Amino acid sequence: MMNKLIFGRYVPGNSVVHRMDPRAKLLLSFYFIGIIFIANSWLTYLVLFAFTLAAIYLSGVKWSFFINGVKPLIWLILFTVVLQVLFSAGGGHVYFQWGIITISQSGLINGVYIFCRFVLIIFMSTLLTLTTPPLELSDAIEYILMPLKVVHFPVYEVALMLSIALRFVPTLMDETEKIMNAQRARGVDFGEGNIFQQMRAVVPLLIPLFVSSFNRAEDLATAMEARGYQGGEGRSKFRILKWQMRDTWATISFAVLTVALILLRA
Amino acid sequence: MAITFKQVDFTYQPGTPFATNALTDINVTIPTGSYTALIGHTGSGKSTLLQHLNALLKPTSGTVTIGERVITPTTSNKDLKSLRQQVGIVFQFPESQLFEETVVKDIAFGPQNFGVSEEDAHQTAAKMLALVGLDQSLLERSPFDLSGGQMRRVAIAGVLAMQPKVLVLDEPTAGLDPQGRLEMMQMFARLRHEQELTVVLVTHQMDDVADYADNVIVMDQGRVVKTGTPREIFADPQWLTEHQLGLPKTTAFAQTLREQGWQFDQLPLTEDELAQMLKSQLAPSLAPSHFGEGTAHDE
Repeated sequence: MMNKLIFGRYVPGNSVVHRMDPRAKLLLSFYFIGIIFIANSWLTYLVLFAFTLAAIYLSGVKWSFFINGVKPLIWLILFTVVLQVLFSAGGGHVYFQWGIITISQSGLINGVYIFCRFVLIIFMSTLLTLTTPPLELSDAIEYILMPLKVVHFPVYEVALMLSIALRFVPTLMDETEKIMNAQRARGVDFGEGNIFQQMRAVVPLLIPLFVSSFNRAEDLATAMEARGYQGGEGRSKFRILKWQMRDTWATISFAVLTVALILLRA
Repeated sequence: MAITFKQVDFTYQPGTPFATNALTDINVTIPTGSYTALIGHTGSGKSTLLQHLNALLKPTSGTVTIGERVITPTTSNKDLKSLRQQVGIVFQFPESQLFEETVVKDIAFGPQNFGVSEEDAHQTAAKMLALVGLDQSLLERSPFDLSGGQMRRVAIAGVLAMQPKVLVLDEPTAGLDPQGRLEMMQMFARLRHEQELTVVLVTHQMDDVADYADNVIVMDQGRVVKTGTPREIFADPQWLTEHQLGLPKTTAFAQTLREQGWQFDQLPLTEDELAQMLKSQLAPSLAPSHFGEGTAHDE
């Protein structure tokens, strides 16, 4: 079960992509999702794919990770594609028509475009999470949310919550596995039987998990207080984010990509 | 019920970049009725080996024979229930597995999973609670209201209630006070005789190994590096240090005496044994006629 959770997992490395500023990576990933919608022709999608694959190549992470990232979502993607193909009224040659179902040339092309969009978005966001430690990501989010302080949004608190949540994901997974083992040793079958049996099997797992999470939260609060934790303004950081030349280059390359897409747009 | 490992290898997450080899070429037997101690420093593969004892994990290659059942890498995950019932595992900090509203329901949970009726399971639960030395008045209490030591006993009762033939204990005394530890270990020794159990104990407490075990398996870096009786294992203090393991207190004390010029044919394991040995050496100079008889070894 735990083997399949590769999607969204950090793979340590020392590539250019790994060493980029997490703020740059986060913002550029979002920006990328935006500019995907500029593309509307084969050529523009080709450019996007070339760009994404180059980024993946630079990261030095194995291709299989990205394929694995797409796998869990493949049915959702195909569902969307099929809807697009069957129900888009668009122009071009009509191959098949029956009631409201129309398969047209433009519908098929749009379906392929949508498929490409999904794959590109997944590849890029997988690249982000594979090359960025979760805690760096939460630092980046804290920085990006800073402007919201003006409207009294609790930026520090949200960032702390996020860091704690991310920090305890592996701990919680270990705990889950441990308790699952203990309950399996007591004769519980997880993932077997009908839906009601499966739901009942979850109770002996969830209750201990809740109990230990609450205990851990209390311990953590005590430990933080004992060490004089004080959040908010003026708290210095252990991990300092530094914008470097490579981040500027990455930004420039995205700008070039944007210009290229606009020019090549059909 | 004997458990035999034959050329067992185990790798976590094989075929991924996170693959880690946890067990390599394990060939070992846990004989029926033995009290086997599994020792080795942290990360030596003890816990992984332990999860093979009731097929929670299956070997990546090789076979594990548990009683009559042979577990191979391709064994199906179904029909393992009878195995799980016969090999009861008390995991580290077992109190974390409690979840029911009342103590009696929690203890009865295991047996009911194996098809025992609710009524019978509740009766067994009451018996088991007495067996682990808790008062019957706790039966209807919530397990979360109990003290840490009591919770652990309830969790152990929950495993015993399945009436396993093999009882596997993963550091059952971790985090208990000295008195609690002693009581717990004596309880397991008593249960072993009363229920004719085969016991497997994972521990860092060499004193417990010397006091209770009759068979020892030493692990290091995923391999079994030595097996034998406690006396054979503790006969070579230097070898133990090399594998980051200690000596029982008594043996260490005798070792110090030996360095000071005392003579021991073999290093003693328990306090009684040490006392006897010292007595026999001191006796001639004290009162020979009285103390000369008590040299028989007592194990």
